[in-house]
Amino acid sequence: MEQVLGDKKSIAILVGPALLVYSLVMLVPVFWSLGYIMFEGNAVTGFRYVGLANFADLLSDSKVHDALLFTLRYALVITIGQVLLGYGLALLYVFVLRRYSSLIRTLVFFPIVLPTVAVALLFQQLFSVAPQNGVVNSLINVFGVDSVDWFGDGGTAFIVIAIMDIWRSMGFYGVLLFAGLVEIPEDVLESARIDGSGGWKMLRHIVLPLSLPVLVSAIIFSINGTLKVFDSILALTNGGPGTSTSPLTIYMFQTSFTYGEYGYGSSVALLLTIICLMVTVVIFRASRRDLTKG
Amino acid sequence: MRSSRMTHRSAVTAVVGLTMVTIASCGGGGDDSGGSGAGGDGASDLSLLMNVENNEIPGTLTTLSENACADQNDAAPLSVETVPQTNLDQQLQLLAGQGGLPTLYAAGNAPDLTKTLAESGHVLDFQEALTELDVIDNVEPAAISTIEALYGGFNVLPFEYNIEGIWYNTAMFDEHGVTVPETWDDLVAAAQAFADAGITPFSASGDQGWPITRLIGNYLFRSIGPDALQRVADGEASLTDPEYVEAAQAVADLGSAEFFGQGVGSIDMDTSTNEFISGNAAMYYMGSWALSDFNDDERNDIGVDNIGFMPFPDVEGGAGDRSQLAANVGLPVTMNAEAYGDATADWLSCIAENYGSAALEEYNRVSGFTVNNPVDDVGQLTQEVQDQVSATDEAVLWFEALFNTEATNTSQRNAAPLVTGSISAEEFMGMVQDDLG
Repeated sequence: MEQVLGDKKSIAILVGPALLVYSLVMLVPVFWSLGYIMFEGNAVTGFRYVGLANFADLLSDSKVHDALLFTLRYALVITIGQVLLGYGLALLYVFVLRRYSSLIRTLVFFPIVLPTVAVALLFQQLFSVAPQNGVVNSLINVFGVDSVDWFGDGGTAFIVIAIMDIWRSMGFYGVLLFAGLVEIPEDVLESARIDGSGGWKMLRHIVLPLSLPVLVSAIIFSINGTLKVFDSILALTNGGPGTSTSPLTIYMFQTSFTYGEYGYGSSVALLLTIICLMVTVVIFRASRRDLTKG
Repeated sequence: MRSSRMTHRSAVTAVVGLTMVTIASCGGGGDDSGGSGAGGDGASDLSLLMNVENNEIPGTLTTLSENACADQNDAAPLSVETVPQTNLDQQLQLLAGQGGLPTLYAAGNAPDLTKTLAESGHVLDFQEALTELDVIDNVEPAAISTIEALYGGFNVLPFEYNIEGIWYNTAMFDEHGVTVPETWDDLVAAAQAFADAGITPFSASGDQGWPITRLIGNYLFRSIGPDALQRVADGEASLTDPEYVEAAQAVADLGSAEFFGQGVGSIDMDTSTNEFISGNAAMYYMGSWALSDFNDDERNDIGVDNIGFMPFPDVEGGAGDRSQLAANVGLPVTMNAEAYGDATADWLSCIAENYGSAALEEYNRVSGFTVNNPVDDVGQLTQEVQDQVSATDEAVLWFEALFNTEATNTSQRNAAPLVTGSISAEEFMGMVQDDLG
């Protein structure tokens, strides 16, 4: 085996095809898209070189600012929801349900397997107000509260999006963090118990520090996923009402393919990439510092 | 040893070969789609890309393919694909960019997009093609002039010729002693009377947005005059001028008085139609294409005899009047110039000669094609619409008719927030004006 992996030719043969396909379907379009940044127009009308004009527009475009703010707000809320609830579920699996957790794990994990569009349709019906009240409005009517047009206002639409996305993905983060928690050696927990720590103290001083690496991975995973959210919002609200629930991705999609401005759409994409990179670096740095302290 | 080297070499060959095949198959799609436009004989099928909301055009074409145009259908079979209207523009731009537009396709939400597609050679010049085929007499001149005003040329087929206005439930009007409003103030008073009686005055789809912005457009045509939006397009006026904001404010006021009923922000097209024809709403602004729903006995609970049509009312002291009906060709269908050839030209002649009668017979639909085979049994309401069309001397367009795609999108997407009070009339008009550039 060592002989095979030591041979440069065999490495090239083994890695080459995959690398080639990867380059063709990933890297080439990425650089192609980067190239568009300097141009105006689209595949129908042709392209015109505009230099850095797209960036200048990006800075002064209030729609980009709104979309960026929404993206950050969404990423923050959903990440906190996903990871916190996921962590709670993982703790439940490991410390309460223990060996009997597999059924609950499967059930809570289930929504992530469903197609996003199906989940979005389900939530549209749950929260609908016309022609008939959905389950949620019927329920709040029981308590004497008037029906709410959940998708008629940006604020309430955001609540539905948050509930849907957190419900959908918390099972996944539950399993991810569960894998980290089961790795904590039983003897460490045992000795902590003997030393008299339990409940909150145990969580704060033993479980949390020992599961920090996987928690950081989960946060990075979650924040990068949520910054790039597209399908769930497109299917649920299509960015509306107005543009009140439009993240950068939907705005990018619209500028590129509805308004036919490929270059400007690519600039928005670049902005999103930079934000994702920055957030990841910041979290990495912060977590590394914590680990060395611990 | 030698055999191992042989194996090694053949493995390399296999991997390289496999990679080549993969690359070839990846690139193949692009080559094919690029090449389809270059063929001189045009397409060998009549593929149609339609917005899913419209089932009449595919329906009528299917009827033609089975009857009058059966021979043409054998040569170039009809196939239909659908896409939601809100995604249509994206789909068209992507397909056009890849050279993959079908033979017939719905021409986009904004005429601006159709113009762009025409400039890049994706749209057939019907003036030339129909003249050459000697079937141009089968198209109503009024329809051609409306198309030319909108699209800058005879670039789309008038499968529909519509007038727009407010449809109302005559039984409800009688029951509550409301007379047909002739001015905007009367309309608001009528709406108030219905609201007081616990009936939703207007049914409208905030999900689509345009049924609401149509009200703004009509208000402008009545208050400022038929050239109100042409002046905006020419840069002589701005949507943020007080007299323009007044129109948006008037419509926003309908919303704040809750005249659109519950859930207007999320109601889709079908639901808004159902609200009206199931007797839950008194009035419904829509084009005459809604006649097919009204004439559908299974869907229409209130009965077609209980539906009346009124032109959009006057605005007191305004320069326009209610004889100037809003007219359009619906969301029209056009033909891909690159797919035009012998087989598709045959189809085009057959459509021009037979579409008018088929649409009227099957869907009670008034189209821009002449009715060559007399159709019996035209409904009373349809006849009324036909009479209104012939009595109209001057027609107006709609709010977004002269806007670019971005302003159209902004206007339609923000219509619901305007009537639910999330944004003000000034903000609404400001956003649209910004996108007009």
